[in-house]
Amino acid sequence: MILVTAIVKPFALGDVKAALERLGVLGMTVSEVQGYGRQKGHTEVYRGAEYKVDFVPKVKIEVVVDDGVADKVVDAVVQAARTGKIGDGKVWTTPVESIVRVRTGERGTDAL
Amino acid sequence: MDTGNTAYVLGSAALVMLMTPGLAFFYGGMVRSKSVLNMMMMSFICLGVVSVIWVLGGFSLAFGNSHAGLIGGFEHAGLRNADVVVGGDTGIPLQAFAMFQLMFAVVTAALVSSAAAERARFWPWALFVALWTVFVYIPLAHWIFAFDGYVGESGGWMANTLGALDFAGGTAVEINSGASGLALAIVIGRRRGWPREPMRPHNLPAVLLGAGLLWFGWFGFNAGSALSAGSVAANAFVTTITASAAAVLSWLALEHRLDGRPTSFGAASAAIAGLVGITPACGYVDTFGALVIGLLAGVVCQLAIRLKYRLGYDDSLDVVAIHGVAGVLGMLLIGFFATDAVNSAGANGLFYGGGLAQLGKQTVAVLAAAAWAFAISFALAWLVRATVGFRVSAEVEVSGVDEAEHAETAYDYFPLTTSGTVARPTGAVDATGREEKAR
Repeated sequence: MILVTAIVKPFALGDVKAALERLGVLGMTVSEVQGYGRQKGHTEVYRGAEYKVDFVPKVKIEVVVDDGVADKVVDAVVQAARTGKIGDGKVWTTPVESIVRVRTGERGTDAL
Repeated sequence: MDTGNTAYVLGSAALVMLMTPGLAFFYGGMVRSKSVLNMMMMSFICLGVVSVIWVLGGFSLAFGNSHAGLIGGFEHAGLRNADVVVGGDTGIPLQAFAMFQLMFAVVTAALVSSAAAERARFWPWALFVALWTVFVYIPLAHWIFAFDGYVGESGGWMANTLGALDFAGGTAVEINSGASGLALAIVIGRRRGWPREPMRPHNLPAVLLGAGLLWFGWFGFNAGSALSAGSVAANAFVTTITASAAAVLSWLALEHRLDGRPTSFGAASAAIAGLVGITPACGYVDTFGALVIGLLAGVVCQLAIRLKYRLGYDDSLDVVAIHGVAGVLGMLLIGFFATDAVNSAGANGLFYGGGLAQLGKQTVAVLAAAAWAFAISFALAWLVRATVGFRVSAEVEVSGVDEAEHAETAYDYFPLTTSGTVARPTGAVDATGREEKAR
C-alpha cells in the first residue's frame, strides 16, 4: 500500500477531491497547513506597513491506496491541482507497511 | 431641579459608561489572540479603580472650588450630598453631573492601556491607573471642565481664565490619552519583534463591534456634554454623526489609494478618528465645520499612524495617532470654524469673523494639556516600572500574557491539552454523585 501526500493550493481542494472520487478512492484526510517552497513568501501592505509573509497557506491531502492505483492517483492529483503558476505544490508517495480498520480489525487492503 | 435635563444627563452617563466595554472589544480585537483577555481586562479594571477613586474624592478634587485654577478641594468627597443641585441653569443634581464626568475619566484611562498592549502586568497597570487618575486626569479635567459657579464658585484656568473652548474633552480626554499613551509606550518599550514581525488584529468583528459601541456611546459623550436637553445638544448630535461619517469616507478613499484596498480595520479606526476630531468642537461648530473636521481627521490620522514606524515607538493600537492627533486637530480647528450662531456660550473663529484670538487660546490649551499629560504620565510609568516592575517576562510575552496573568485563554483551541482535574475542593463529588475516590 502507498500513502499519497499532496500539498496543493487551497482552492484546488474541490477539484482534487472530485478527481480522486472518480478513481474510486474512498477516503482522505485533509489539513490546513502553511509553508513555502521555491515560491518563497510574498509581501503585503496593511495599515501602512509592509509585511513579509513567509508561510503561505496550503492544503495537505493524505490518502492511502493500493499499490496498483498509486500512479493513477498521483497523476489525477497533479492534473487537478495544476495551474501552471508558481506555488502549485508537491505530491509524493511513501510505502505503508500495515493498516488496520479500527471498527472491524480488518488488515491490509481490506482496511482501505 | 430640572427633571428633563436630569434624565438626559443620567441617560448620557450610561451611554458613556458603555464606551469602556466597547473600547475593550475595540482594543481586544486588535491584539493577537494570546493577549485579548488581558487587553479587555485593562479596560474593565478602569471601571473598578477609577470609579472608587472618583466617588471617594476624585470628583471633588476635579470639580470642587478651585485653588488657583489648578485643582479643586475635598468638599464633595464621598458624594453623599444627594440634595445638592449644580449652579448655572441646567438644574441637575450634583450626583448626576458627577456620574457623567466619572464615565469620561474611566474611558480615558482605558484608552491609555492601548500603549501597553500585550506586554504589561495586570496589577502594576491597575496601580498606574490609580496614580494617573489622581495626578494626570483630575487636574486636566479641573482645568477645562470646571466652570466658574457650576460646582465650585471658581473653576479651572483653561476654561475660565484662558477661555479655551473644549466642548466634550479634546484636551482632558483625547490629547491626554494620546500624550499619556506616548509616554507609556516609551517607558514600557516595544513589543518583542515589533516592527519586524507582523502584529495584525486577530478578531476584526470584535474591533467593529467595539467601534459600534463607542460610536453609539459617543452621542452621550458629545451631545450629553451640553448637560441640558436643548438645541446645543441637538447641534452636537448632528456635528458628531457628520464628522464621523465624513472621516470614514476620507479614510477609506485614502487607504484604497495608498494600500490598494479599503479595510474594515480602517473603517473602524476612521469612525473613531472622526469622533475624536469633533469631540472638542461639537458644540461650537455647525454642520459645515463638522464635515471639514471629519474629512481632515480621516486623512491626517491615517498618515500619523505611518509615522510610528519611522519614529520607532510602539504605539500598539494607535492611541497617539488617532486620539492624540485628532484631539489636537479638533481643538485647533475650533479656532477656524467656531461660530456663536450654534451656541451663544461659544465664540467666532477665523472663518466667522472672530480673528485669530480663539486660535491662540486653543493652541495654549493644546500645548498645556499635552505637556502635562506627557510629563506626569512619563514620571508615573517610570515610577511603576522602577518599583514593582511594569512588564511581563520575555517568556510570558511570547507564550501569551492571557494565560500568565489571568490563568485563562480566550479561545479553547486545544481542549485535549488538559487531561482531567488533579485536585478538587474537599468533599467534591464526581459526575455520578458519589464522592470521588483517590486514584
